[in-house]
This record gives sequence, C-alpha cells and structure tokens, in this order.
Amino acid sequence: MPKKIENVGCPYCGVCCDDLVVTVSDDGKKILEVENACAIGNQIFHHATGSERVTRPRLRQPDGTYKEISYDEAIDYAARVLYNAKKPLIYGFGSTNCEGMAAAAKVAEKAGAVLDNCASICHGSSFLAIFDNGYPSCTLGETKNRADVVVYWGANPAHAHPRHMSRYSIFPRGFFTGKGQKSRKIIVVDPRHTDTAQVADIYLQVKQGHDYELFNAFRTALRGHEIPEEVAGIKREKILEVAEIMKKARFGTIFYGMGLCHSDGRNHNVDIAISLTRDLNDYTKWTIMAMRGHYNIAGPGVVWSWQYGFPYCLDLTKDVAHMNPGETSSIDLAMRDEVDAFFNVATDAAAHFPIEAVKHLRKHPWITIDPNICMASEISDLHIPVGIVGVEVPGIVYRMDNVPIQYRKVIDPPEGVISDEELFERIYKRLCELEAEEAAKGKAKTTPVGVHAEE
Amino acid sequence: MANKITLNMITQRSVEEGVAMEKGKTTPEYFEACSIIEMHDDDVKALGLVPNQLVRVTSECGSVVVKVVKGRQGLYPGLAFMPQGVWANQIVPPRTQATGEPQYSGFPVTVEPANGERRKSALELVQGAVGMWRGDQ
Ligand code: SF4
Repeated sequence: MPKKIENVGCPYCGVCCDDLVVTVSDDGKKILEVENACAIGNQIFHHATGSERVTRPRLRQPDGTYKEISYDEAIDYAARVLYNAKKPLIYGFGSTNCEGMAAAAKVAEKAGAVLDNCASICHGSSFLAIFDNGYPSCTLGETKNRADVVVYWGANPAHAHPRHMSRYSIFPRGFFTGKGQKSRKIIVVDPRHTDTAQVADIYLQVKQGHDYELFNAFRTALRGHEIPEEVAGIKREKILEVAEIMKKARFGTIFYGMGLCHSDGRNHNVDIAISLTRDLNDYTKWTIMAMRGHYNIAGPGVVWSWQYGFPYCLDLTKDVAHMNPGETSSIDLAMRDEVDAFFNVATDAAAHFPIEAVKHLRKHPWITIDPNICMASEISDLHIPVGIVGVEVPGIVYRMDNVPIQYRKVIDPPEGVISDEELFERIYKRLCELEAEEAAKGKAKTTPVGVHAEE
Repeated sequence: MANKITLNMITQRSVEEGVAMEKGKTTPEYFEACSIIEMHDDDVKALGLVPNQLVRVTSECGSVVVKVVKGRQGLYPGLAFMPQGVWANQIVPPRTQATGEPQYSGFPVTVEPANGERRKSALELVQGAVGMWRGDQ
C-alpha cells in the first residue's frame, strides 16, 4: 500500500509551506503524488527520485572528464584544499538545514575561511538597512489574521513565492479578517505590471530605480508637507490617496523584494522603507517583511548570528570574526581576486553570480556540494552529492519571518548518499587530523632536542 | 527603424524559470525559460522585429544572444526584462556599490538583431566562459 505522509515541508521558497501531503510507493523509494504544493514545489519532489541523480562524489580528471571516487577520498580532497588555501571562501546555504550550516561554520572556523550565504546577493541589502534602522516586523500569521492593508513593493510573489498570497497575505480568512480578500486592500508597487499587480486594488507603476524618491514622497506627504505634482512616475493625487489608505489601516504589512535590494541604492531603498514603516506607526500599526528567497536562507543568518554575532560575509581568517559586506562579500572578494579556493554549498554560484565573478573564482580550486547537477557542479574540480533536505534529510529551517519549522524526511536518500551535516562533520575531522599530522612534523623540525635549554 | 536601441534591463524571477531550474539547469525547459528577453511592443517595433526573433543584448561587461518574447507582465517603453539565470548573468554588471550585491536590476543594455547568430546552451556559456567547454559530445 502506498503511504500518505502529511505536514511535509517544501524545500524551495521562503514561504516554507508545511502543509504538503506526499504519497510514497510501497517500498518507500518512489514519490508518487504531491498535494498542495505549487508547480515549483511539485517539481522538487518528483525530481528527487529521477534517474539523473548523482550518487557518488566525482573528481575532475586531467582530460576534463569526471571520475567517481569514494566519500572518504572526496572528504580528504576537500580537507586538503581547505588546509592549503590561505583564504578559502565557503558560500551558499540557501537550500540546506540549520544543522548543516552549523557544521559548515565549524569547518570554516577551523580552516580560517570566509563564510558567506546567498543573502550576500539577495537580501544582504536588507541586513545592512536593518543594522542602520531596525526591523519593525511580524510573523506571517499576524498578517493573515490582522492585516487590512498589504503592500507588495518590488516583489512578485505570483512568480517567486507562489502560495504567499493564498496562505498569508491576501486570500486567507483570518481571525480578524474573516472576509478574506474582501477585508483587505492590496497595493502593488513595481515598474512591471506583474501577475501580482493583476490582483491588486491599487497599482503604482514606479519608474525603475526611483523607489527612493517615491518613499520620500510618501514620508513627506504623511507629515503634511507639499510634494511635487509627480514623483518617480506617480501622480501626486495617487500618492496622497495611498498615503491616506496607509494611515487609516488597522494593521498593515509591507512585503518587499529584489526590486529594492538589487536596484541603485540597494540598502538605502530598504532603510527608507523601514523609516516609512516606523513613521506609519505614529498613526496606526505597520510592519515590514523581507520576502526571503530560499526556504532556509533565513537559517544561516540565525545560526551564524548565534555562533559569531554576524549573519553573513563572515571573515574567520583571524582570531575574531569580522564582517563588512563591501569588503568581505563573496562577489567583492571574487572581483578583487582575494580568495584562493571556493566551496559552492547548496546553491549554484556558476549560474547565479555575474559571469565575471565566476571567471575569477574558477582560477582556483572549486568544490561543489549539492544534491543535483547544476552549473557549479559542471565547472567543479570535485562534486560531492548530498541528500535533499525536506525530501531525504529532516531538519530545522527558518521561514521568511524567522519562524523555525521542523522539516520531515519522506524517502531515503539514494544508497550511500550522506547529508550536508555528516559531510561537514567528516571534513572537520579530517582537517583536525591534517593539522595534528602537520603539528607532529613541525615540532620535530623546529624544536630539536636541547634548543629549549639554550634559550 | 533603428538597428540598435538602448534599454534599461531588469533581471528577476519567473515561475517558468523556477520550475525549469528544479527540473535541471541542463534541460530544454531551462533553456526555453531563461534564454529570452521581454521588451515593450514599441521597442520591438523600433528594431523592426517580430516576436521569436533572436537579438544580441550587450551591457558594459558582456553580451549574449536571446530570443524576443512577448511577456504577459507589461513593461513600459525603454524597460526590458530577462529571467534570472545563466543568460542574464552573462551581462549582469558585478559592481556592488560596496554592498556585496551585483547590479542585477537597472543597468543599460543595447539590443540589436542577432544576424545569423544562435543561442548558446547554459553549459556552453558557463563552461565556455571558464575555458572548460569541450563541444557537444
Ligand atoms: S509557495 Fe514556495 S514553499 Fe510553498 S509550495 Fe510553492 S515553492 Fe514550495
């Protein structure tokens, strides 16, 4: 009898849907059906048992082809790369569990590496703004139960977080929002008339790259001052109308995304959005939330803050951790050629970094740790496959509002394939051994008998 | 009819890109979902193009051949869109304004008809860029 497993978490986007129902075959090896997931979530589960999975580490040969090696050999290779590098970069972690992130941090600390996650090229701007200005936020349940005004600013959940609107922000009937969509006003701000804009009550087609001016106009209008006839492509009357709606809200949430983080101004677009949220709290209750991308990209921020005090761009090359994103971010380090080994973990830097940065990083050893074949695995020296979190490996993940969720395992990983956590624990152990071997050798060389007595 | 126009490029997600990426970055689905550009009708006309023709898109740091498609999500004239991924990142400027974040959205590109050129696969683009492309074997 096929088995139905309930309350399964989806390992794709920051909505972290935990209401999936997955049907697995008799032998527990094949995923037959996935209920409640969106098209993307569906694909992840069905892809997991596809025939194209890599089940053994693969090492690049002199002729350019890959040869399968054992996990022990792969772990030794990875440890030696770290051991020999002066400043290795360990990057990724959007798509693994917190247990894997903690184990990787241990390795990074031991290796004296730079440790960074995908926030670096995603909501890192948000962190910078939050450091400056705070984060008046809430959980998604509060938006669901209370929000009568919802703003999506530079975010397109219809494409990037497909069930966000139906689970939390627009359609659900919450405790104080019993009429669902009818109890809420939806405002979308985006230069494109996106599919999200289709469901909005009010759509503001802001000129790309001019969000800062528009935020400024809102703040000025809210304080009762004059604003120009048109700002960032939006007419004064429209700005005043929306400002009034915001002021009269009972509870509002601004969800924002890459439209702010990736455009000119980066963190300043976010910090003025936070300032607007704070201003609005003089009149009523407003909150703001970053539309975090991967299902556990909030995880490294939480785990590493707890371990080192910094969420990303951690320079662990010295005795104390240091963070300064313009200096210690993956892209900036790559472009200045400041790292000499690259670990791509649970991400695909070769597809998602600007190609110039990839070219710089590829001058040095490149190791990919990922369940799947991706662009990073195809330009690596070594590709180590691992189990898929949420499908084959259980663990803790942090939703976009930093609520931790326990993900389940629905099937076994392919025979012999290990988890990120186990892999990093074993690399750590191997690093310690290499260090001990070197120390034993070093001692014999530098302190011959009798030297101490003469000092 | 111009033979080259300058547009403001944004690179963002699409649900097709998300589904295709989970299917695999070497699949035909990923190729079709990501090796495209969406432009406003006026800009397509200004170039004398019709949908489904190939264009060469060039930024301050690179160049890539992609297909013009009519997007469902409306742009204003002068604004262009490419789904995030391998093709977009051939032209995304790596400058970060000292924040760590590349200029993924809001950078100038020129678009011109790609005469006789073809779209390259994801593997050919990425492996080609780092000197590892060994041809279609
Ligand atoms: S909305 Fe996100 S978390 Fe939910 S099923 Fe879709 S991809 Fe998965």
